[in-house]
Amino acid sequence: MRLNKQHWSVIKLLVFTLGLLPFFELLFDGINDQLGANPIETLHFGFGDWALRFLCIGLALTPIKIIAGQSWPVRFRRMMGLFAFFYASLHLLVYVVLDLSLSWTALIDEVPKSPYILAGLVTYLLLLPLALTSTQSMQKRFGRYWLVLHRLVYVAAVTALVHYFWLVKKDYTQPLIYAAVMTMLLAVRIYKFYQKQMRPVKTRSPGLRQKKTTNNEISR
Amino acid sequence: MLIKSQTEIAGHEITDRKVFESRRQFIKAATALSASALLPNQVQAEPGKYANVAASPYSIAVATTDREDVISYTNYYEFSTNKQDSTLLAKGLTTSPWSVEVLGETEKPGVYHLEDILKDNPVEERIYRFRCVEAWSMVVPWIGFPLGEMLKKLKPTSKAKFVQFTTLYNPDIMVGQRSHVLEWPYVEGLRMDEAMHPLTILATGMYGDTLPNQNGAPLRLIVPWKYGFKSIKAIVKIEFTETMPATAWNKSAPGEYGFYANVNPEVSHPRWSQSRERVLGSSLFTPKRATEKFNGYGEQVAGLYSAMDLTKFF
Repeated sequence: MRLNKQHWSVIKLLVFTLGLLPFFELLFDGINDQLGANPIETLHFGFGDWALRFLCIGLALTPIKIIAGQSWPVRFRRMMGLFAFFYASLHLLVYVVLDLSLSWTALIDEVPKSPYILAGLVTYLLLLPLALTSTQSMQKRFGRYWLVLHRLVYVAAVTALVHYFWLVKKDYTQPLIYAAVMTMLLAVRIYKFYQKQMRPVKTRSPGLRQKKTTNNEISR
Repeated sequence: MLIKSQTEIAGHEITDRKVFESRRQFIKAATALSASALLPNQVQAEPGKYANVAASPYSIAVATTDREDVISYTNYYEFSTNKQDSTLLAKGLTTSPWSVEVLGETEKPGVYHLEDILKDNPVEERIYRFRCVEAWSMVVPWIGFPLGEMLKKLKPTSKAKFVQFTTLYNPDIMVGQRSHVLEWPYVEGLRMDEAMHPLTILATGMYGDTLPNQNGAPLRLIVPWKYGFKSIKAIVKIEFTETMPATAWNKSAPGEYGFYANVNPEVSHPRWSQSRERVLGSSLFTPKRATEKFNGYGEQVAGLYSAMDLTKFF
């Protein structure tokens, strides 16, 4: 069965609702006083974890497309990226509003002493322009530079991992899992890139090059 | 796609504030009830083992942290590096019978049963602030006895300069010991004068009852002016030594965790600030508390370190 535009709207709405579930779960736990002994930490870590997970999911879509040979995963790339940004924003908001209680002196004391917070802030500053330029009109306005700009997501993935590794006291299991996932996702892209480089003659055939890629299908 | 405009919420549909709040109370009560249903009845019926223990003048006059928070948020790497998992996994530990081996520079080496130790060392309640190196803190009413009193009875020789403590090693039950996150068994140590200080205690209980396993049952150290990792849990060995013991966290990251580990807001951890602490159980909008030097026990203990550069001997 071929899915039409309306089908995709419904599917997207479902995925969107799913993406909001962790947010509502933590919200309800907060309202019901179920966040444990250190509620701020639970919120802070919870949002941070989901930011990282959505970053991974967003970065997994192109490899899935490559491996499955289907273009549908790419339809969700913007939404996943924006969810990563949404949870990263909540993560930062909890830190500034609840953990620091909006105190400048606390911020000025903590940030220079904590390289991991610095790495986290850098990650957020890298994600911010991507979120702001995520609309279709921005995509058109930026033209070919849009792709270049959005490659910042790879840098953000690395700084997010650094952020995680630096804050862990001793047990690196969790950040290592994320690092392994991201390395695999990058490896697929690198493999694909070199595969293209190896066969320049074949792909240059004019017939195949004619098909114009739409903005939605630009692969990273 | 058609999106309907949001209809107005009728007044009677808005939950009354009182109802909403009573619902919260109900949820709390229901959670407490369901948790208590899992416990054997006798635990509920009988008052805590140490319910009538006298309070010590060394206690601080500060409201204690909710017991529920203290028993559900524990660092116990012998079981797991996750604070909630360690609470559950520690339930598998058998803490009775228990004995402690005493060795090294002492006139009275030997294996001592915990019951005998407790017979010779009457317990009291000590309400202390507890500050973790991870920048969170709590106030706990420990039940214990002064370590110094016990050590005196063991007659350390003139060569005894330090006391070394060792946690039980049993990877079958302490499943965290199967991974190499720290060097096992966990070892901690104190300089003799620190060990003899009246504030230093060996705890066997808290909140008027015996220690829950995750909080270090059946015998743990409490040194209130030092970061929590010094307060070693489930002690099976006490050794008097002439040289400074090689302690677990110090071995694993010497640049981050020193032997002394005195609470000090002026000396930050290489990766985070120690100037403030999150008090467990405080509301979402309560700011962090300013950390005090020696965790507020400076008057009593600063003298132990008067000749030392605390930025060097952290």
